[in-house]
Amino acid sequence: MTELHHLTLAQLAAGLQKRQFSSVEVTRHFLDRIERLNPALNAMITVSGQQALAAAALADKKLDAGNAGVLTGMPIVHKDIFCTDGVLTTCGSRMLSNFVAPYDATVVAKLSQAGVIALGKANMDEFAMGSSNETSFYGPVKNPWDLAKVPGGSSGGSAAAVAARLAPAATGTDTGGSIRQPAALTSLTGIKPTYGRVSRYGMIAFASSLDQAGTLTYTAQDAALLLHAMAGFDPRDSTSVDVPVPDYSATLEQPLAGMKIGLLKEFFEQGLDEANAKLVRDALKIYESLGAKLIDVSLPNLPLSVPTYYVVAPAECSSNLSRFDGVRFGHRCENPVDLMDLYKRSRGEGFGAEVKRRIMTGTYVLSAGYYDAYYLRAQKVRRLITDDFARAFAGVDVLMGPTSPTPAFDIGAKVDDPVTMYLNDIYTIGANLAGLPAMSIPCGFLGGLPVGLQIIGPHFAEAKLLNVAHIFQRETDWHERIPEAYR
Amino acid sequence: MSLTRTDVEGIAHLARLAITDSELPVYVDSLSKIFSFVEQLNGADIDAVEPMAHPLAGQTQRMRPDVVDDSDRHEKYQRNAARVEAGLYLVPKVIE
Repeated sequence: MTELHHLTLAQLAAGLQKRQFSSVEVTRHFLDRIERLNPALNAMITVSGQQALAAAALADKKLDAGNAGVLTGMPIVHKDIFCTDGVLTTCGSRMLSNFVAPYDATVVAKLSQAGVIALGKANMDEFAMGSSNETSFYGPVKNPWDLAKVPGGSSGGSAAAVAARLAPAATGTDTGGSIRQPAALTSLTGIKPTYGRVSRYGMIAFASSLDQAGTLTYTAQDAALLLHAMAGFDPRDSTSVDVPVPDYSATLEQPLAGMKIGLLKEFFEQGLDEANAKLVRDALKIYESLGAKLIDVSLPNLPLSVPTYYVVAPAECSSNLSRFDGVRFGHRCENPVDLMDLYKRSRGEGFGAEVKRRIMTGTYVLSAGYYDAYYLRAQKVRRLITDDFARAFAGVDVLMGPTSPTPAFDIGAKVDDPVTMYLNDIYTIGANLAGLPAMSIPCGFLGGLPVGLQIIGPHFAEAKLLNVAHIFQRETDWHERIPEAYR
Repeated sequence: MSLTRTDVEGIAHLARLAITDSELPVYVDSLSKIFSFVEQLNGADIDAVEPMAHPLAGQTQRMRPDVVDDSDRHEKYQRNAARVEAGLYLVPKVIE
């Protein structure tokens, strides 16, 4: 018998509309799984079971009355970076371990208006700074494919929850790869839309010129449904772009014959495991068999993405995180002797080691005497990288390559060396610097661990990416694999 | 590039972060590694390149009319504060 947690979002939606099962049944099924299976995974920080069941009961009334939307009654989890009115919102930090958000992020509000049920808040790297979900104040998240391995980060809780079938989908955010890399490491479909496509309002800021919200789902078809409900112009985000949101589901089946796929030469040359590269090449052969043309493309400045990112992102982080001062919200130290002591100890105690490292990196590159040598230089190299992408898209429809240099690594393996950890994002950071939409989809397994194929498109080409991913998923079944202990 | 303890203490002060004596050598080491790593950027030819602050060409941040579009919710917001009195946030005495 097919269990509810074997169904995709699209299948659950169809079952809810046909009243084959109720939203309360679906919601209870996933809450039970969270209760039973989450303790070993640590994917969730907060579970809001009562609110979820109450919302599900309301959704069932709408479904019974026949005036429900396509996502009405669908339970998902939110990354704990999104503010949720009246619910603990920690961003994986001790700093916000007592913070009950007083309003909803636009992403949360839009999904809630679409009838989506929030099961709770997923664990994450502290303030989304990490590639392994080991920097969380709430402890590391385990990979459902192997509990000794990391699930990737920073949306590691979202990825682990969906991969272990604790929820049929999750929201995530991606500043340097934080949706795509965990999706690759847990065999999920992850999409980071174009910068400005989804509102950042109420999404706790890390690096404001790079942060973008997206989804982690089983299929591209599910991502199309969820992204359609999340995307759109928001006057409350000054970088939100006023471009109409297409119906992503309508173009999923477009044939790929004649499409031009650019293969990123630098990705295959730089730090890629040979067995990993073979799986990516096998995936590319499938596209070729569907009539797509493969074209080698070189982006000469791409190897500078990681150093560029580790100037730009910490600079913006040091500025954004200056708001945590122990005065209006967040952790406050005991018995401060004066205001300086209050600031310094509240921040020193409230932030974890990696967050402090990035704040200090950013403070240094923005400080007098170093601004030109680091920050301004990085902003100029960022343009060179962006121009490389623009030139590439003059000749191809999408770019493809690996998502991550290796499959999931051992918990604890890279925590002592930040630069080694930063290189996990070597293939994903470019899309953030250039503001481009990008996806990761499952393309095979190496030693029992998932591997992802990355697809990058021009600005606002989300529909094309989802189409390209969907057609691949019609031909393959990697995305249908479920880790044995969670079937 | 190699930072000293004094450098890191100076950065921590600018960042308003209390760093313990046991944390300090860890940051001296890891920040030095990070700044050495980003020195790769020195090889890029950036003459006549405009710095890029926004990822979408031609986009600028919008202004909005300076009008009230929200209700007074300070009581709800202040529930997250460590110390509040009469609608004010309390901090240690600043002026003697």
